[in-house]
Amino acid sequence: MIAWAGDSIISSLGFTTEECYRSVASGQSGIRLYSSFMGLPEPQMASLIDRERLADSFAADSFAAVNPCSGGYTALEKAAILSVGSAAAAAQVDLSDPDVLFVFSSTKGNVHLLDEGERQAGRDHIYLWYVARLIAEHFKNPNEPVAVSNACISGACAQLVAMRELESGQYGCAVVVGVEMLSKFIVSGFQSLKALSPEPCRPFDAARAGLNLGEAAATIVYRRVDSEDEVSSGIALQQGAIRNDANHISGPSRTGEGSFRALQALLRGVAPGDVAFINAHGTATAYNDDMEATAITRAGLQATPVNSLKGYFGHTLGAAGVLESIISARALANGTALATHGFKRGEKEPPVNVTDKNTHTEKAYCIKMLSGFGGCNAALLFKYVKEKSNTCRKP
Amino acid sequence: MPQAIKRYSCVTGRSATVDGEAFPVAAEAGDGDEGKFLAALYRALKADYPKFFKMDALSKLGFLASELILRDEAPRFVPREDIAVVCFNRSASLATDVQHQAAIQREDSCYPSPSVFVYTLPNIVAGEIAIRNKLLGETSFYVCREWSAQQVFRMVSHTFCDGCTRAVLAAWVECFEGTCEAFMMLVEQQDGLSGLPFSVEQVDILYQNTKLKLWKS
Repeated sequence: MIAWAGDSIISSLGFTTEECYRSVASGQSGIRLYSSFMGLPEPQMASLIDRERLADSFAADSFAAVNPCSGGYTALEKAAILSVGSAAAAAQVDLSDPDVLFVFSSTKGNVHLLDEGERQAGRDHIYLWYVARLIAEHFKNPNEPVAVSNACISGACAQLVAMRELESGQYGCAVVVGVEMLSKFIVSGFQSLKALSPEPCRPFDAARAGLNLGEAAATIVYRRVDSEDEVSSGIALQQGAIRNDANHISGPSRTGEGSFRALQALLRGVAPGDVAFINAHGTATAYNDDMEATAITRAGLQATPVNSLKGYFGHTLGAAGVLESIISARALANGTALATHGFKRGEKEPPVNVTDKNTHTEKAYCIKMLSGFGGCNAALLFKYVKEKSNTCRKP
Repeated sequence: MPQAIKRYSCVTGRSATVDGEAFPVAAEAGDGDEGKFLAALYRALKADYPKFFKMDALSKLGFLASELILRDEAPRFVPREDIAVVCFNRSASLATDVQHQAAIQREDSCYPSPSVFVYTLPNIVAGEIAIRNKLLGETSFYVCREWSAQQVFRMVSHTFCDGCTRAVLAAWVECFEGTCEAFMMLVEQQDGLSGLPFSVEQVDILYQNTKLKLWKS
């Protein structure tokens, strides 16, 4: 069994999980309008990590200061290192132990370094495997990290890799870190796809007009345990599945094929009635949210509360799967199905049960859904194991 | 259940092999130009899939390697949830990233192309193969410092942890700064072993031998 041992989030809503969760639970969003944005001509709605606070926190952090990289770290690397350091402290795990594996998730890493004006850092930093190694080496971890780059489902894939590595007995502990920072590269690309909303995004709302992009570094530490007793009063990662739509490289399947099949795979391990909520990908593009509603309905989960966290953090791409799993796991442990920021009940409602306010739940399971370009879809099943003794920590 | 390598293929910018044997492409094909060679190989395979010409080089490489393996499989193009596509490389989608960057480099002429941008994700190659063959199983992409038979073996083995997976198309597909190569295996889970045993050693031997042969050709 795979038990949650610690976590950490750095985002527009704060530099700890607690800070971010409290903001979400009280309905605050980290999405702002930036009038001048990374050399782009138009103003942009986005959810950004405070760069000044990042630099200060990094300079002040004891983990960060121990083993500085000779050429210096990029903002993305600093955010990842800070996040890993505090998750490891929460989990009380020694990252230099050969029993610990790092799994790194990002779609574009330091892609901003391709810009002619950004060549100060060493060229190696544009490689995802290099950044993964840099982070693992920072904590003196001896193992070759796994670097996942599977579009916007990367954060779920990385957790699935961790689960499989732990279950196979290869490692006892896995550190899953998802990180994404925005650049002109990423924003201009989404702009060219006409996927960005000029307003704060409204997942599942009939009036939704596209997504907002966001930045985050998020880490989960998982541990293999022998029985559920050891997870008492904590979260367990129960199952995960990835399925492809086999339909289109950038458009979601109209039948929600891959998403539906990923959900179906999870439902072998849980009855629909036991699911407290589904945290959907919910990007607030017209096609994505319709596709997910179709998949959820086909899977027989149409009565289950569905939420999206994109209205709080924006779409954090390769970090989204990790970030949103942490917030969802904490909500599950708190007995809360969180509201979908930006969604309003109206005349034309989606066919699924989208949350418009925080509600109490006693149920033990939640599902995280993700979808990405390349037709890939993922679903993860988490369980909150209620207190039996007091040996374990809440996420 | 044991796993075996049923078939394997290799494509570079000037040659192609399947199960270690050269796949015939017109001798003058390409004339040293990688793009022209890949187009000639596409025609030699008689794939009849015009979407090929819209793909970036990474996807073309992976697509051609998968056609070499799957062209004789029957039945083809029937939806299959039990076949996964798992790809690896060193440089992710950097070859296409550089193109997108060039289009946005100047502030006074920032014209990114959406058809280039969608290929700035390495896992698109796995998606292209899934679309072509109607594969609804797991598709994943991992980025590694260098070719590692151990890493490939481990990740492909893990893919069989999904109770649904019966076969994996596993590929090393790299395209950046002078390197242009795809090495693909069809790994099947089967009772009676036919084909080569799926092991770290065997995977490494196949990759190294195929590479050696291609260099000599």
